[in-house]
Amino acid sequence: MIAQRNVLPYWLTAPGVLVMLAFVVLPLVLTLSLSLYPFLPGGTIGDSMTIANYADVARDEYFHVIFLRTFGMAFMVTFICIAIGVPEAYVLSRLSARWRAVSMVIVLGPLLISVVVRTLGWAVLLGNEGVINKILMAGGLVEAPVKMMFTFTGVVVALVHVLVPFMVVAVWTSLQKLDPTIEQAAESLGAGLPTVLRRIVFPQVIPGVLSGGLIVFSLAASAFATPAIIGGRRLKVVPTTIYDEFLGNLNWPLGATLAVVLVVLVLAISLGANRLIERKFKQVFV
Amino acid sequence: MNRAPTPLLIFHWAFAVFMLAPLVMVVLVSFTDKGYIAMPFDGTSWRWYRAILDAPDFIDAFWRSLALAAGAATLATLVAVPAGMAIAWNQFRGREAMLGLLLSPLMVPHVVLGIALLRYLTQIGASGTLWGLTAAHTVIVLPYVLRLVVAAATGFDRSLVQAAQSLGATGWTVFRRIELPLIVPGVAGGWMIAFINSFDELTMSLFVASASTQTLPVKMYNHIANTIDPLLASVSTVLIVLTLILMLVLDRVYGLDRVLGGKS
Repeated sequence: MIAQRNVLPYWLTAPGVLVMLAFVVLPLVLTLSLSLYPFLPGGTIGDSMTIANYADVARDEYFHVIFLRTFGMAFMVTFICIAIGVPEAYVLSRLSARWRAVSMVIVLGPLLISVVVRTLGWAVLLGNEGVINKILMAGGLVEAPVKMMFTFTGVVVALVHVLVPFMVVAVWTSLQKLDPTIEQAAESLGAGLPTVLRRIVFPQVIPGVLSGGLIVFSLAASAFATPAIIGGRRLKVVPTTIYDEFLGNLNWPLGATLAVVLVVLVLAISLGANRLIERKFKQVFV
Repeated sequence: MNRAPTPLLIFHWAFAVFMLAPLVMVVLVSFTDKGYIAMPFDGTSWRWYRAILDAPDFIDAFWRSLALAAGAATLATLVAVPAGMAIAWNQFRGREAMLGLLLSPLMVPHVVLGIALLRYLTQIGASGTLWGLTAAHTVIVLPYVLRLVVAAATGFDRSLVQAAQSLGATGWTVFRRIELPLIVPGVAGGWMIAFINSFDELTMSLFVASASTQTLPVKMYNHIANTIDPLLASVSTVLIVLTLILMLVLDRVYGLDRVLGGKS
C-alpha cells in the first residue's frame, strides 16, 4: 500500500512528462544541433559539424543591426510598461470593488484577444490616413501626416499595448500582499501621497516590477506578429529574420542559429537583471 | 481603502482609452461601406459581414481553429489534471523538475518552438499534418491548464479527504466524490484559458501549419501581409464579440480575476 502510494505520482505525471520530452525537449535539442551544421548552396544541409553559422552571425553587420534593434525595442517597451503599468496597478488597488472589476476587464481583457486583432487595430490608428494623423491634422497640430506605420516608435507603441497587461498583473499581485496599515501609519505621521508611494509602496512592489519586467522583456524580444505587421519588411527584428530565413531563404541552419543566439541573449540579460536588482534591493526579497 | 486622488484617476482613464482604442477602432471600421479602411467614413453597412460569408477560406480556417483549440485544450486537460493533482498533493523526488518541465513551453519563445517543431515534424514525416499541429498546440497550452489545476488543488482543505478516509472511503471514492468535484472549477477554467490560447496562437502555427491546415490567425496574418482591408476588421470584430462572450462564461465558471491574475 505504501509502495503503491509512492509510485502513483510518477504514473500521474508520466504522460505529461513524456509529451514534453517528445514535443519540446527533443525538438529543441535537434534545433541546437541543426545550428551546428552548414547550409550548402542548393538548399541541402551538410554533414560535418561547424560553428560557421555562429561566426556568420557574429561577424555580419546586417545581423548586428537586427539584434541591436530587437533588444533596443525590448528595453524601450519594458521601460514604458514599467512607467505606466506600475501606477495603473496601484490605481486598480485603490478603486472600489465594482469599478475595479470593470477596469480589470478593460486592462486585462485584451490579453484574451488575438494579437493579430490588436495589432490590426494599431495599423488602423497609426497609418498615414489613420485616425491619429486625421486628428492631428484636423487640430492643426501638424501639416503633413506623421509617419508611424513601419517605424520603431509605431512598433514600440503597439508592443506596449500588447504586453502592458502582464506588467499590471505582476505588480497587482505584489500589491495584494501589501499591508494597508503601514500606508495608514505613514499617512497618520504626516506623509503625503508622493512620500507614501516613494517610501512605502514602491520599495515593496519591486519584486513584482522585476518579474513583470522580465516577462515583458522576454516577450518583447521574441515578439513576432506586432513587429511583422507594424514594422513591415524594412524594420526587421530577430524573430521576423528567423521567419525569413526559415520560410523565405530556406536556410534552416542559419535560422536555428539566430534562434539559439536570441534565446541565450534573452536568458543572459534576464538573469543579469535579476541578480542586479535582487542585490540592490536585498531587503524586499526575503 | 480611501478613493484614489484625481490625477491618478485621470491617468487611469487615459490608460483605459489606450487599451480600448485599437479594439474600438477595429469594430468601427468594420461597418464601413467603402472598399478600403478609412476612418471616419460616411456610410455604414453590413457589407463586410456579408463578405465573410463569401470567403470560404476564412470560414474553413475558423472551424479548423475551433476544432483544433477544442482538441488541444481537451488533450492538455486530460494530461494536466492527473499531473497537477500529483504535484499539488504529493512530495516526491523530482517533483520540482517535473513541474518545471511541464511549464517549460511558457519559457520558450513561440518562434523558437515553431522552428523546432517544424524541423522535428518534418523529420518524423508529420509536417503539415493536422495531428502534428494538434500535438504542438497541446504542448503550448498544457502549462495554462496545469497552473489552474495546481492552484485549485492546492487551494482546498485536505482535512475533507482525511474525514472521508476515516469514514472508510477508498482512494477511488475519495477522488470521485471529494477531490474531483472540488477541482472542477479550476479544470474548467483551465480548459477555457487553454482553448483561448490555442485559438489565438499565431507565431508557432505559422511554422507548423501548412497551406491546407491554416488556422484563423495564420489565415489573417497571411491576408494582412498582402492587404489590410475591412474584411479583416469584420472578421476581427466577430472574434472580439466571441471573446467577450467567452470572458463572461469564464467569469461565471472560475472568476476572471483569478484566471487573468495567473497565480501559480
